[in-house]
Formats: sequence, C-alpha cells, structure tokens
Amino acid sequence: MNRFNLWFGLSVATVLAAGFFILTFERPPVETVQSGYRGVALEQNYNPRQLNRLVAAQRVPEALEAADAEGPRASEIYENVRVLGHLSVEQFGRIMQAMTAWIYPEDERDPENTGCNACHVGGNFAAEGNYRKTVARRMLQMVQTINTTYANHIQDVGVTCYTCHRGQAVPAQVWAQRPANAEGSRNWQVAGEQNRPIAATAYSTLPSDPFTPYLLRNEQIRVISNTARQTDSDRSIAQTEWTYSLMMHFSQSLGVNCTFCHNSRSFAVWETSPPQRVTAWHGINMVRAINNEYIEPLRGEFPPHRLGPMGDTLKVNCATCHQGVYQPLFGTPMLRDYPELNPPPRRASLD
Amino acid sequence: MAMLTFEPKYRVRGGTLIGGDLFDFWVGPFYVGFFGITTLFFSLVGTALIFVGAAWGGTWNPWLINIAPPDLSYGLGLAPLREGGLWQVITICALGAFVSWALRQAEIARKLGMGMHIPWAYGMAVFAYFTLVVIRPVLMGAWGHGFPYGIFSHLDWVSNVGYQYLHFHYNPAHMIAVTFFFTTTLALSLHAALVLAAINPPKGEPVKLAEHENTFYRDFIGYSIGTLGIHRLGLFVALSAGFWSAVCIVISGPFWTRGWPEWWNWWLQLPIWGR
Repeated sequence: MNRFNLWFGLSVATVLAAGFFILTFERPPVETVQSGYRGVALEQNYNPRQLNRLVAAQRVPEALEAADAEGPRASEIYENVRVLGHLSVEQFGRIMQAMTAWIYPEDERDPENTGCNACHVGGNFAAEGNYRKTVARRMLQMVQTINTTYANHIQDVGVTCYTCHRGQAVPAQVWAQRPANAEGSRNWQVAGEQNRPIAATAYSTLPSDPFTPYLLRNEQIRVISNTARQTDSDRSIAQTEWTYSLMMHFSQSLGVNCTFCHNSRSFAVWETSPPQRVTAWHGINMVRAINNEYIEPLRGEFPPHRLGPMGDTLKVNCATCHQGVYQPLFGTPMLRDYPELNPPPRRASLD
Repeated sequence: MAMLTFEPKYRVRGGTLIGGDLFDFWVGPFYVGFFGITTLFFSLVGTALIFVGAAWGGTWNPWLINIAPPDLSYGLGLAPLREGGLWQVITICALGAFVSWALRQAEIARKLGMGMHIPWAYGMAVFAYFTLVVIRPVLMGAWGHGFPYGIFSHLDWVSNVGYQYLHFHYNPAHMIAVTFFFTTTLALSLHAALVLAAINPPKGEPVKLAEHENTFYRDFIGYSIGTLGIHRLGLFVALSAGFWSAVCIVISGPFWTRGWPEWWNWWLQLPIWGR
C-alpha cells in the first residue's frame, strides 16, 4: 500500500510538473539570427509560432490608387488649408481618405465622431473648433519633420500616420506619467515607481517610468564609469536601474535582446557595439523631439479623457512605432505610396 | 603503510569494461587501461588542435586565443576547418577524453569492488559540458550555438547569451542552480569546520569523535545528519548544482526565446490576484 501511494504520488507530481512546463515554456524548433562574429553570441532568438502571429499583425493596408499630382493646388480651391496646401486637389482628397482609414475609420455606431466628422465640423470642412483638426495638423508637420530630419533613424523606410496609429485614434502603445506606487527613498535607493511589472519595461521590477527622464527630459543615460574604480562618479545604483529599465523597454519594443545593440563585453564602448546602436541613439533624439516639440505643446488642446492620470499628454516611446518589431511594419516602405506626406518642395532662393 | 601492503592484492588483471587484457596494467602508480589510452589519445590530439587553432588565429596571448564554433548558417552540418570545423573536431576530442576518463574511473572502481559514485559524480560535469556543446545546439539547430574555446572569448559568450534573455537572474533553473552552488559551499565549510573542531581540542584533551560532532549539531539546529549522511548530502547538493546549471542553459533558447522576466507572467496572471 505504501508502495502504491509512493508511485501514485510520484506520477501525479510528474503529470502536474509536465503540465506546468508545457503551459509556461515554449518549445523547439526556434529561429536564431546571428549578427556578430561566430561564437560571440550576438544573436536574436525567435519562436517561429509567435513570429507568424506578429507578421500577421503587421500587415500594411493596401495602398489607395495613386493621385494625379497635376492640376490646381488644394490651397487655391479649398479654404483654410494650412499644411497640405501644396498638394493637388486629387492628392489632397486621397490623403484625407487615407488618414480617415488609418486613424478614424468610419464607424456606424458613432458617425458623429468617426470618419470625416472625427476632425471636421459637420457640414463645414473649413471650420475650426474641433481639437482633433488642430492635433492632426501638428501631427502632419511632425511626420514631415521625421521623414526629412531623422533619416539617420528611419533610414529610407519613412513613416506615415499608420506607422503608429494602425486604425486607431490613439496609438496602441503610448505612455503618460502615473502616480507613484511606492514612497521614494534616498536611503533605500527606491524609485517611486517600481515593482509594477508592465509590458513597456519587459515585466521587470525596475522603475516603470524610464520615459520621463530619458525620452522627455534629456538626462544622462550612460552610467558606466569611464575608468576602473572611478571614485568621483556621481552615478548611483538607482540611476543604473532607470537606465536598465529604459534598455528593457528598447528590447521589448523591438522584439530583440540586449545583443541587438550591444556586445555585453562593454556596453559603453562604441567600437565593439553592433551598428544598430547608432540607429537607436538617433531614435532617442527623435523621440525626445517628438515628445517635446510636437506632443507636449498640444497639452492644452486635448480634452481630459485624452490625457494621462497626471494630466500630461499621451506620449511616444519606442513601442509606439515599433510595436514589437525591430523595424516598424517589418520595414515596409509605406511612405513611398504616399508622396502627399512629404513636405512641400523648397523654393530655390532666387525664385 | 597499509596502502602499500594492500596495493599488490588489487593490482591484478580483470574486471575491465571492454578490451579484456588490453592495456590492463599499471605504469608506476597509475592504472593505464583501455580508457586510459583513449583518454591520452583524445587529450593529445585535442590539445594539439588547440595549438593549431592558436597558430591560425594570429595571437599566442593565452588570454586571447580563440577557437570559435561555426556560423549558424552551417546548421548541424560540418564546417570548413578554418571556419569552425576545428571547433567541431576539438569538441569530439574533448568529449572522447572526458567520457574515457569517466570510464577509466569506473574500471578502477570495479577492480576495487567499490560503488560507482565517483564516475557518476564526474559524469555530471561531463553532462553539463555535453549539454552546452551538443544538446542545446542540436535543439536550436546549429553547432554555432556551442561556446567558443578561449579564455576571454568564452566569457564574452556567457555574458552575451545571458543578455540574450535580458535578465538571466530571472531564469528559474538558474536560481535553483545558484542556490545549490552556494549551499554546496556552505555545507562543505560547515562540515570542514566541524571536523577540524573535533580533532583540534584544547591542549591536553583527547580528540573528539562522531558523538561529539552529532551532539554539537543536535544542540545547534536540533538535528545531526551524521558522519555518512553529510557526505550523501554533500554529493547531492554538489551534483544538483551541476544538473540545474545544465537545465538553466538548455531551457534558454530551445524552451524560451524571450526575456526571462516575462516567463514569470504565469505567476502574475494567476487568478488568485483578482482585479
């Protein structure tokens, strides 16, 4: 009987352990992408089953039929066209149609707030008075700036409204400040915002808002000492945790690990880092500019339900565009189909 | 000495695993045996190939010599010698030497009529190496997942593989392995201290024996595992450390591709937390 109990107990425990293992882990085959010299282990690991789901979720909508760039300008035909006046009427109509589908697709249940009516006062396209129109103008200028000024980050792929919005008025992954969930303490080196596992920082127990210091303010991310046993370093362990949290965010947002940008032999040295680190560095500057020059200045325009719990705007981080992929939309150069989003050609100075 | 009178009694032929009388003799104090010869063969060939790799690599600085596995693109096939094939041959030599060594231990134990504890214990270390360079690479589909042979280069590999999973300290098997490693050192130092304390009494007093040792631990923590038991426990915690080390690396990649912190979501998502 004892023997029976032992074997019975063991088999129940084995079945439970196997079930736990199957439910919480993944399984081979896996896919690995090598980026460094052989044996250095600069590699990205992917589960092909998850990757297939991700690819399916990153489909780019079919491009609208191209518009004739000739003919009268939108600014000549329509009233109060401030940003896109340089387009032909046909192009102007096309980009309006595209933006509607990308950001406020027509919804029969709420016709007052979707489709054209989302941004335009009903019956008068030229009228002001809808905050969304003000925001949309500024966002168009932002897209023009990104595509012209930040080629070092976006390279030749370019961004459109869809890169972030994906058919939603508010992009799926944005951030705002949140009330502290712990008392900050100098003695214990505790951040006021941690032990709150969230996807944006890869479910770590690190501070959960690395965005305010690094992607809104311009605080020093690099915490590694410049020499061995540096005695005059003003960088603390708490500061290091914020940096680590930001790096967790980078990894999670791009669906990559630390070795995408760093050879961990030295996180600080540029010479041994993969080139992606340079791209990421430009991206940090780009996101800071987006948040400070385009999003936060609109704070007064947004109604309260479009702001965060602390009253700041819903801002951008890496995940806003990347959404789990190392290149947004797997690098589909969507901008090429929408030349309307390019800034107006500059006039020659002698013109 | 007692050993010297005992040695001629067991130094007789027979009891080998394979090979019959082949190499079944002693050279000075060392038993040779069939597996002693295979150990020697694989060690010499492997070491010579490491020197070949060093000569090809362009540095004789012992810290920097690096014999790297093939690119992942070679998959589970053979690579040209200068592009990781050398690593593959050296790996075969290393495994040949390590396994031969364990079998030689088994043969000596058989001749002496002892248990097989020593070859099994040593075999755990070989199993951990086998996991690193064979089991995990096979599960991930490329020999290139093995670690490079070199002092600095293997450290770079360990560090980068750890960072492939964002934060390796969240790896549950790594947690268990590290705990066993620390427990091993704790148990060994407690045992050593106890033995030294018992055989070093104050001047003029007799040496203390097992009953004193047991009484100390019964007073101290309410239980004494005993003189034999402490060695069973020591072997268990030490082998567990090696076993869970092998587990923690084999689950990283084949059974988990994301950051280890994310694995713990099963805990965060338990229905006991409510909303």
